[in-house]
Order: sequence, then structure tokens, then C-alpha cells
Amino acid sequence: MGRYVLRRLLQMVPVFVGTTFLIYALVWAVPGDPFEGKCGERDCPDAYVAMMRDRFNLDDPLLLQYWKYLVNLVQGDFGVTSSGVQVVDRIVTAFPVTLKLALVALLIEAVIGITAGVVSGLRNRGFLDSLVLVSTLFLISIPVFVTGYVVQLVFGLQLGWIAPTVTTPSFGNLIVPGFVLASLSMAYVARLSRASIAENRRADYVRTALAKGLPTRRVVGVHLLRNSLIPVITFLGTDLGAFLGGAIVTEGIFNVPGVGGLVFRSILTKDGAMVTGVVTVLVLVYLLMTLLVDLLYAVLDPRIRYD
Amino acid sequence: MSRARLVRAVPAVVAAALVATACGTADAPIGSNTEAGITIFNTEPENPLVPGNTTEVGGSRVLDPLFTGLVEYRAEDAQPVNAMAESIDTTDSKVFTVKVKQGWQFHDGSPVTAKSFVDAWNWTAYGPNATQGASFFSQIEGFDAVHPDDPDGADGPQEAPAPTAETLSGLEVVDDHTFTITLSEPFAVFPVTIGYEVFAPLPEAFFKDRKAFEETPIGNGPFKYVSRAVGTDIKLTRYDDYKGNDKPKFKDLTLKVYQSRESAYADLVSNNLDFMEELPPNALAGRQYETDLGERVVQRETLNNQTIAFPFYLKPYDNVDLRRAISMSINREEITQRIFEGSRKPADGWVHPLMKGYQAGQCGEYCTFNPDKAKAAFAKSGYTGEIVLLSNTDGGHQEWAEAVVNSIKNTLGVEARFVPSTSFGEFRQKVNGHEMTGMYRAGWIADYPSIENWLTPLFRTGASSNDGLYSNPAFDAKLAEADKAPSEEAAIKLYLEAERMLADDLPSIPLWTQNTIAGKSDRLKVAKLDPFRTLDLNSVEVA
Amino acid sequence: MTDQIASLVVERPRGLFGDAWHSLRRRPLFWVSVSLILLVVLMAVFPGLFTSGDPNLAQLSRSRGAPSSEAWFGYDNQGYDIYTRVVYGARASIVVGVLATLGVVLVGASVGMLAGFYGGWLDAVVSRIADVFVGVPFVLGAIVILTTLNASGDAGPVRIVAQVVLSISVLSWPVAMRIMRSTAIAAKQQDYVKAARALGASSARIIGKHMLPNCVAPVLVYSTIALGAFIGAEATLSYLGIGLRQPVVSWGVMINSAKDYLRVAPHALLFPAGFLTATVLAFVMLGDAVREALDPKLR
Repeated sequence: MGRYVLRRLLQMVPVFVGTTFLIYALVWAVPGDPFEGKCGERDCPDAYVAMMRDRFNLDDPLLLQYWKYLVNLVQGDFGVTSSGVQVVDRIVTAFPVTLKLALVALLIEAVIGITAGVVSGLRNRGFLDSLVLVSTLFLISIPVFVTGYVVQLVFGLQLGWIAPTVTTPSFGNLIVPGFVLASLSMAYVARLSRASIAENRRADYVRTALAKGLPTRRVVGVHLLRNSLIPVITFLGTDLGAFLGGAIVTEGIFNVPGVGGLVFRSILTKDGAMVTGVVTVLVLVYLLMTLLVDLLYAVLDPRIRYD
Repeated sequence: MSRARLVRAVPAVVAAALVATACGTADAPIGSNTEAGITIFNTEPENPLVPGNTTEVGGSRVLDPLFTGLVEYRAEDAQPVNAMAESIDTTDSKVFTVKVKQGWQFHDGSPVTAKSFVDAWNWTAYGPNATQGASFFSQIEGFDAVHPDDPDGADGPQEAPAPTAETLSGLEVVDDHTFTITLSEPFAVFPVTIGYEVFAPLPEAFFKDRKAFEETPIGNGPFKYVSRAVGTDIKLTRYDDYKGNDKPKFKDLTLKVYQSRESAYADLVSNNLDFMEELPPNALAGRQYETDLGERVVQRETLNNQTIAFPFYLKPYDNVDLRRAISMSINREEITQRIFEGSRKPADGWVHPLMKGYQAGQCGEYCTFNPDKAKAAFAKSGYTGEIVLLSNTDGGHQEWAEAVVNSIKNTLGVEARFVPSTSFGEFRQKVNGHEMTGMYRAGWIADYPSIENWLTPLFRTGASSNDGLYSNPAFDAKLAEADKAPSEEAAIKLYLEAERMLADDLPSIPLWTQNTIAGKSDRLKVAKLDPFRTLDLNSVEVA
Repeated sequence: MTDQIASLVVERPRGLFGDAWHSLRRRPLFWVSVSLILLVVLMAVFPGLFTSGDPNLAQLSRSRGAPSSEAWFGYDNQGYDIYTRVVYGARASIVVGVLATLGVVLVGASVGMLAGFYGGWLDAVVSRIADVFVGVPFVLGAIVILTTLNASGDAGPVRIVAQVVLSISVLSWPVAMRIMRSTAIAAKQQDYVKAARALGASSARIIGKHMLPNCVAPVLVYSTIALGAFIGAEATLSYLGIGLRQPVVSWGVMINSAKDYLRVAPHALLFPAGFLTATVLAFVMLGDAVREALDPKLR
């Protein structure tokens, strides 16, 4: 196990370098000068642009620029944005909010998705099953921004049940954005658990358990669920990683002061230091998440052993 | 991205001040809560919080309440009034003697003196400090010595030559509260221009420790800095020892950062936000804001316009008949009604209607929708190809630009195309680099409220914002004559004559001026807009 | 899709696909989704069959007109006829979806097949490269790529579409690659591959003749669902203002320009959003049906 983890960690190094370089190159190699639009309708003074170019090493060749960035990064220095704010400070304030939102979404997704999946999986081809199948298809097909706008419009502005935007990111306030964010994955979780339950329902061990006279409740609750939910749990794990980086649309609609909004605005204002910094963190989180999921898999499923 | 460059929120209201001083107490209106705090809309400041280094709106909203300059603009009519200046005198429009009011203090207790201004201006203008506001000092004598031009532009390999002086030779401290300004050329309206915040004074503390200042700015304005949560909000509070006439009638001011106007608007509707200056398109659509806000709508005409500029370096846009045909084929009335829901007013000239000296109808028939004359002019131009309009789309320009293009297309029966550019920065860069492939959007927000500011920077040969490279010697001569005019009235008359000359050439097409629609919460009894599209903090009364 | 499956039926009536076709024929959901897809494809190829209007004619005087007998879906803010534009918009949406899917499947599947078949260092390198692209969150990556590509400004319709296709493909090919790779690894252990190898077949022949037909099913299912997902992704990117844009008309572009007017002219958003959802739904349903038909365990 230890060797496996070590090998995985080593494999992460090239992936990490590759991803950060990709983003760095895309962000800074944009044709045109990132500092031209900073002074309103009037041109920026040349001295200002020259200083900024110097601060971000823009006059060096790309590889050298990236190397300088990477060296700082390894030492924990994410750099400073053009407004003189430490990138690390912004990430430290924004990240916990996104993490909260992701956890809320994950909880909603797990509870509703698994319940719907299990119920429909147990009642194969019944009315409930068809209902779950059709409604999940719809959820998969509706883009998140449509769901977000409709929820904000109807519940926030017309009915007034919820605050239309998140003022303080407490868990309670994040329920609605979390729901919107989770809607797509919820459908996947439901379908995944449904398929998994349906498959395992016919497995030999279930038949054996039933044959030896165990109550159905126990067979379903202990034997069937435990084995069926292994793929679901790994899916949830990967999804958490995706939520942390993919909430741009949801955070924008509900004004959640998280990483998604931060990175989107930074891209638009061409704040390259911020974009690369945030993406670096997201990639790290994602890589660690996948490793964690794989390890979890081994823990949950005794048939899998990493050596 | 509409960035107001001149954003003044603390006007000296003379009439109100008279009433207040009569009873000798702070102006506490009856029934208002003078200890209340309010929250207003803001975007994340893009630069360190130093007046000379911030020209975008997110930073300006913070710095305005923190600083009071020599001159401030009145909220009613944008006219300049002395704030920190006791007097600004000149005999030849070249040398100005400024007397600074005595007894004022920065928020750290140090006195505001003539030196505070001179040092601050020198610092901002000095090339190696690389400030965004440096170019505002270019009219002062000795600017070239402290801020030499980079011979091949900022991205070129050559470095800018080292400055030969550290201070502007045109600035001289006479005594603690007097200094003189010498310009390189006479410029009659100069005192009007210095209300912009890059001309704010800076305390000793700034020059001792700039880093600390950027973290905790120290100003001399009606509000002092409390704290900042980057990405979330900035908090200010009333400065109780403030000497000016524009003392606020509430205590705490929170500038909350929003990611989008849409989400801020949602908060405004539900009274979680006290004020935002420009409602988002989805609120303006179909006058939805009237249903949502009712009595809480705040509106007024503000000092900015929208035009379409022509690249004189590109065929066929150097053809005057084509320019006329395009201008006359745009149905301004219909677009302002349908797209802007009446929040814009068709423009009939280049000078803004709020300006002192404004005269209606200066552009004449060429700025009036007239399909027949448009077709005739188009036929005369001999051009039959495609007409292209470029604009950035991140400031809500997509809708009207499309409508303008459709209007041209439908009237002239010619192929017309709108080319969007997603970011303002890219767009500006191409405008600056004279790389436009068609006519393009050019908005203008007054740097300072003078008729001159709507003409000189935009249309004089080689002027700083004459990006289309328009050149008319007669027009230039008229402007030069006006700059040297003995009195303001005489100057205005000459500037109007110059504006009249533009009508024949149409170097840009005036489209419309703005009637800004803002909104306030139920808690605010009074909240007014100033002409620069921001909240007039002095007017705010909390119930 | 049906043609493909049908032709496979002719070739091998008793194979996996033959069975699948038998089971598919009896599923109403399959027929619903196929007819929906055919309709949309017809719209994309021959928009003139459905409308005689001009999708680029805008008259401001009829701005935000409600649906009527003249204009079935009403007019949008600029005074474009929404029905005409929805019909013409199908083309861009479908083209983006199909091209992106083709790109993802061709690149992903061939790379995945090679990686799975040969293993070793090739597999390691390819897998790491795939990790690089998977590590970037999709929307974020697409925004970064598209803002970089968009920076050059004035672009024709072909280039605009190509940019969106490219960014979707670049960020999604690892998924197809991983699916193919794991299928290929599993197939490599099968007796028929070992037999072919023992008979001296070349690697190219083993891959082309033996493994490909047996490994294509999971990728096929993925691509059907992905096609729908990519059409949705195009709409999301256009909604953010960085995907397709004028002069290209697509459902995403229409939704983007209508979103501000949701409360005063909901029809301008609901019709394109409805077509978008229905099309995505059709592909997802088809993928679902094909998957169930191909997977004996689910039957």
C-alpha cells in the first residue's frame, strides 16, 4: 500500500507540471498586452505597462517565465496580482467557501440521488422506476445555468422564499446553490445506484442471504446496499473534486464568493497570476482527490488490493 | 466595461452648508438616523489604493470618500467649487497660485499643507513610479523631464530613458499653505480639471511607508478607512474631525464586492443592498425595475456619451459621404426606446447637454434618422461593400451594437456586420494600435466638466484619445484660439464654433447620452446620483 | 446511428449488435429519440424546408413580440423571428456536437486502443498526458482556451465554430481514451486475441480485425451521450459569452442574448432552451437505450 501511494505521488509530479504549464502558457501567451485595458478609455502610461511587464517577467521567453514561476511556487510563493494583493490570501479566503458549497452539494446529491436510485432499483420497471428514469434524463439534459436562473427567479424573486444571492456563505445559505450545483450529478448518482442495485439484486450472495431466511430489510440494508454503493461512493469522491473547480456558473448566478467566481473574473480582467494560482490549487486538489478515491475503493472492496 | 475615470462622490454643496453652519451643529436632518451604516455596490479594486494609481471605477468608489481635493464638483450641475482650495488665481492662464485652506488634517492627525499636494503630484508624475495617473500631469511644466517617453512603446526592447529630474519644475511651494503651478502652455480651464482624484494630496506617512499606506490608506476626506476583506468588502467610517462642508449624515459605509450586477440587483430588490448606480440589463429590460423597485428608483442624466468613431487610416471610412450615410441611417430614437427603454437620450452633438455652454442641434441633420437622405449620401459615396462595427461586449454593448448594425443594414440595404470583442482590454489595445478593421464604439466620460474636454482630447490632431487619427487644421486652430481666450464665456463661444466644424466632417457619430438608472433600498430616505454616475454620499439620509 | 447498427445486423445477424438491434426495436424510447434526432438533423441540413424566413432579418419595431400566427415563437429583443432562428440555429449546435464527438472519439479511442494494446511506457506516457487534461476542470479550461483563442478578434463563422469544437475536444478526449483503454486491456486477455496472436497475425490486424469490433460498444454508448452533452456544453460556453457568437446562430447564442429578458420576453429563452433540452434529451435517451441493449446484464 505504501509503495503504491508513493508511486502514485511520483506520477503526479509530471501531471502537475504539465497542467500548470498548460494554463500558464494559455494565460500569459495571450496575444496582446494584459495591462492595456487597465486605465479606462485612455491609454496607460508606458512606464506603467513597462513596470507590470517587468513584474511578471513578460519579456523573458515563456519557458524561463514558467520556470521562475514554478520555483516561486514550490517555495509557497503564489505571487501578487496586478492590484498588489497576495494571490495566496485570495485563495485562502475563497477556497473554504467553495469547499462548503461543494460539501453541501455533495450531501444533497448523495442523499437524494442514492435514495431515488435505491428505490427505483428495488422496484424494477415500476411506476417509481420510470419516474426516476425520466426525471433524471431531464436533469441531465437541462444546462445548469437554466436551472440556476429559474430557481433564482422563481424562489428568490417571485416567491421570495430564499435570498436570491448568498450574502454570508453559511451552510444554510448555500443549500439552494448547492442544490443547483448538484442537480446534474444527482441524476447520475441515481442512475448509477439504480443500475448497481439492479445488478446486485440478482447476485448469488443476495439469493443466498434470502434463502437462509434473513429478513428482506436486512438483506437490502446490509448486504445489497453495502456492495452496490461502492461505485457510487467513488463517483461521489471524483465529483467532489469536480465541484471544487467547476462551480463557475453556479457561483456566478448566486454571487457565492468562492473560487469559481474568483477565477472567472480573473480570466476576464486578465489577472494571470490569480488564474494560474487558483488552477494550481485546483489541480492539486483534484490529483489528491483521485488518489484518495482509489485508496477508498481498496478499503471498501476487499477484492481490490494495491501492491 | 464602463470605467468612470472621473468619479466624484463628495461634492461641496454650498446651499446645504450655509444652513448647517447657521446653527453651528452638524447637519442632522430631522428623522434620520445619523449613526446608521449603509452598504453600496462595488467591484473589486484592480489596483493598490493610491489615488494617483487608480483610474478604474472599483478603486475610485473607495478613494473618493477617503480624499478631498482642491476642487470638487457640485452634485447638481457638475460645476467645480473650491474644496481644499481657499483660492486658485491666475492672470495669464499659465501660472496659477493655489492657496490651501488651513487647519485641515489627514486621518492620522498630520496637517494637510501645500507640500502634501506638491509631493503627491510629483510622486504620481514621476516615470519610474509607473502610476496609471501620470499622464494627467502632462500639462504641467517639466513633465517631460520626470516622465520621458519610451522610444519604442512599453513592450519594445528599449527601456525608457532615465528621467532627468525628480520633481516637476512647474510646481513650487511658496509657504505652508500656498503653491504655484506653471503650465507649459496656457490653458484656461485648468482649475476645472484638478477635481479628479489623481490630484488628491498624500500624507507624510505615504512617502515613509508605501506598503503600509496601501494596506491602510490615510486620506483627508469625509470618510476614513477601517478594514478590507479582499474580494468581499471594504469598510469605511465617518471621519468626525472633517473640516469640509460635505459631512456625511450617516456613519458607516460598506462597499460590497459583487461578481455581477445581476446578483447585486437581486440583493437590491430584497433590500439587502442599499444602493447600486447602474442597474443590470435584465432589470432595465421592459422597464422591469419599475415593478421591482417602485419608489426606490433613482435616476438622472449623467456625464457620458456613446459614439461610433471612424478609423481615418482605413478605407472606406475616410469617405465623408459614407460617414454621413451611416449616421443618417441609424434610428437613434427607436434604439434608445427599444433597447435602452428610454435610459438613453439621442445625442445631437458632441458636447454633453449637461455642460456649461451646451448648444442643442450642433450636429444638425446628419445626426437625425433620415432613410432617404441616407440612401442618397450612400449612393454618392460610391461604396457598396460591407460595413463593419467593432465593440467590446463586456459592458453591455452587444445589444445596441447589433441594433445599430441592423438599422444600417435595413436602411441602406448593404451588408453590415457587428464584430464583438470579449474583453475591453483587447479592444482598447487594438484601438490604440490603430488596428481597427471597421468603425468602432467610442464612449467618453468627462475627465472634468468642461466643454473643452468633449473636443480637444478626442478630435485635435495628435490628441491623447484621438484614436481614429482625425485631423483638421482649421478645427485645431479654433481650439488653440479658445484655449487662450481671456474669459470662460469667450472660450465657450469659440469651442462651440469648433464643435460646429465637426458636423461637416463627422469624425465620429454621436449616438446618445445616458440617463443613469439607479436603485436604493427602503432604508434610505434620500439618495441621489451625481453627474458622474456615482452615489452622492453627501445626499444620503437613512431612515 | 441506426444505419450503422442496421448494417452491422446484416453482417453478423447473431452477434452482440444483432441482439441489441432486436431488443432496441421493441423499445418505444428508442424510436422517440431516433425520430427527434432525425427531425433536428433534417433542420440542420435543410432549414429551408421548415421556414422561408431570413434568420438575419431584424426589425426593431417588432422587438419582443409575443408568439402569434405570423411568428409562431414570437420575436426576440432585436426583432429577429425566433422560429426561423431556432431552425437555423440547429445547424451550429449539431455541427459543434457532431464534430466535437468525432474529434473526441477518434483521438480518444485510437490513442486508448494503442495504449491499452501495447501497454508499457506508451501507456504510461499517454495516461499522464490524459491526466493533465482531465486535471483542469472542464468549464474553467474551456474558458481559458477560448479567451486565448478569441483574443485575435475579428473571426469568421468557420473559425468561431472550430474554436469551440477544438476546446471541447481537447478537454474531453481523455474520457474516451480511458474507456477504450480499459476495454482494450480486458479484450487483450481474451482467448480470441491470444488465438489470433498464436496464428501469427500482425498487431495491426489484431487491433483492426479482432479487437476493434469487440471494443467499440462502450465508446459507442459514450459517444451518443457525449454528443448530447457537448451540445449542452456549447450552450453553456455561449451563455458565458465566450463560445459561439455573431454571426453564428446557435441555440446557445440565442439563450445568451435572451437571458437578460427572461422576465419580459420568456419566449425568447424558452423556445431555444426547449429545443436544446429536447435534443440533448434525445441523444441521452438513445445512448441509454443502446447501452441497455448492448449490456446483457441490464436486459
